[in-house]
Amino acid sequence: MPSEKMLMRGSHVVGEAAVRAGCRFYAGYPITPQNELPEYLSARMFEVGGTFIQGESEIASINMVLGAAATGARAMTSSSSPGIALKQEGISYMAGQELPGVIINMMRGGPGLGNIAPSAADYFQATRGGGNGDYRTPVLAPAGCQELAELTFSAFDLADKYRTPVMLLGDGLMGQVMEPVVFPDFLNLDELPKKDWTVTGCKGREARALFSMILDTALLYRHNLHLQEKFDRIAAEEQRSETILTDDADMVVVSYGTAARIAESAIEELRAEGMAAGLFRPITLWPYPTTALRALAKKVDKIAVFEFSLGQMLEDVILSVGERAEIYFYGIPGGVIPTPSEVAQFLRSVHKGDGKPGRRIEV
Amino acid sequence: MSAEVAYQKIFGRPESLKDTYTHYCPGCGHSIAHRLVAECLDELNLREDTIGVPPVGCAVLAYNYFNFDMVEAPHGRALAVATGIKRVLPDKFVLSYQGDGDLAAIGTAETIHAANRGEEISAVFINNAIYGMTGGQMAPTTLLGQEATTAPGGRDPKLHGRPIDISRMLAVCDGAVYIERCGLTSLKQIRQAKKAIRKSFRCQLDHLGFALVELLSPCPTNWKLSPKEAVRWVNEVMIKTYPLGVIKDTTGYEDKK
Repeated sequence: MPSEKMLMRGSHVVGEAAVRAGCRFYAGYPITPQNELPEYLSARMFEVGGTFIQGESEIASINMVLGAAATGARAMTSSSSPGIALKQEGISYMAGQELPGVIINMMRGGPGLGNIAPSAADYFQATRGGGNGDYRTPVLAPAGCQELAELTFSAFDLADKYRTPVMLLGDGLMGQVMEPVVFPDFLNLDELPKKDWTVTGCKGREARALFSMILDTALLYRHNLHLQEKFDRIAAEEQRSETILTDDADMVVVSYGTAARIAESAIEELRAEGMAAGLFRPITLWPYPTTALRALAKKVDKIAVFEFSLGQMLEDVILSVGERAEIYFYGIPGGVIPTPSEVAQFLRSVHKGDGKPGRRIEV
Repeated sequence: MSAEVAYQKIFGRPESLKDTYTHYCPGCGHSIAHRLVAECLDELNLREDTIGVPPVGCAVLAYNYFNFDMVEAPHGRALAVATGIKRVLPDKFVLSYQGDGDLAAIGTAETIHAANRGEEISAVFINNAIYGMTGGQMAPTTLLGQEATTAPGGRDPKLHGRPIDISRMLAVCDGAVYIERCGLTSLKQIRQAKKAIRKSFRCQLDHLGFALVELLSPCPTNWKLSPKEAVRWVNEVMIKTYPLGVIKDTTGYEDKK
């Protein structure tokens, strides 16, 4: 049975959802703004017989997850932007070794140490690999507490289904804000899909090794093609997005995560003023929901991209839409969160035809 | 002739070693160390319950030689990976096998913290005072005056710092219960090394905490010595910086003489 409706902050929601999704191993290193998640799990994991470790670093933590995942456990780590940069080594190895795992990134302002305010400037890092080698990381982008709960389940399912690390990309605001949430029921650990590749001791079978080093160029070539076939399958089958008020729209805002929530409020303002604006919200950032966005772009004149960065997801919109519609952009860096009215102002100028497509419009 | 003669097998390949040849150079200590690890696992009947974590370095391909489950770790992270494995499977036997670059340079943090947490893991630490796999660069353990491709005039304490004695550093961690340094260059040393490895395994079986055996291992190729000269160098030079013996023992085990 699903849970009762509860009021919880985003970081706690991820922790509770992970436990319900069968996660029994967590390792992480403190970094603001996501400390509430490890704090929650430091108690919760022991209630369900799982393991919580505060690692000595983000690097150690992701590698503890690698080890736990190799035994078949549903394992997770979390961090925020600079900490996620450190985890890229482990993520690349997990992709190469085909180990499932979930990485939570509650993004903050960058580059470098940046600040602890909500940001979405790690889009490239999340969707373009991040670590070394030819691999992709499925990236899920929730836009609120209920979706944080549901996508945490999806992240573990996708990771197991494709034997690859999956990232949940939130931001500092989402981790802090409290919203009502209904959790899916606890998954029964015995009913999770069986894994026939784990290392648990070789009793009754040949010894097994999980590794990414393949010195023979022909074999590494083949291994890469095998991985690519998997990533192609994910790209074809796992694109997810949501549309709001797009049926009659001549202008569509493309926005994800917390930014999409602000964009939605801005669209309400515009609708009240008689403008036919709608929202396209990617839920998977990789694979980018290109198919749906491309179809939508054929029906509208203008696409307005709004994100908490200076133009990262914008590149995927350009790649998806091409010449099918004019593309405008509004981005906010550094952890500044605009009000819906500011975004509405941007959308009004796009609607009126001010500014040039592709250019950031100051409002 | 009748087939009544009762032959008894007194020597053979341990089951924990695969029936294959290794890529290790002539005179390298890894082959001996592999064999000792395998013999101990066999004798304690642990092979089917073992999960090993090899290093990045010369022993990166250890999973081709060891006949038990293994998980590759990124360079230096073996004890973090091993921690993840052991915490999920506390009843299994978890072993890391690491070189000095892996354990005492890039993985120093992972090493110290795993030891300090008292993870029930057995670490086999191969110290050859050089980066072998990459071709003879200076290691954290390289001796003063010892030449390396990145220390062409020899290790100079002012330029490079002094060799690190990670085993003694780990000894101050309460979670580490047993640390011993052994050699691989004489029968006597090899027998002692086996005893030490076995004891370090026992620490894990008895849930005492972290245990490590450091093995001084010749690297003729990168030391640019013949195998025979390399053995002599271990015993005449290396041993002065890294004296053999028990560094820490809080196990309470009574050693059989």
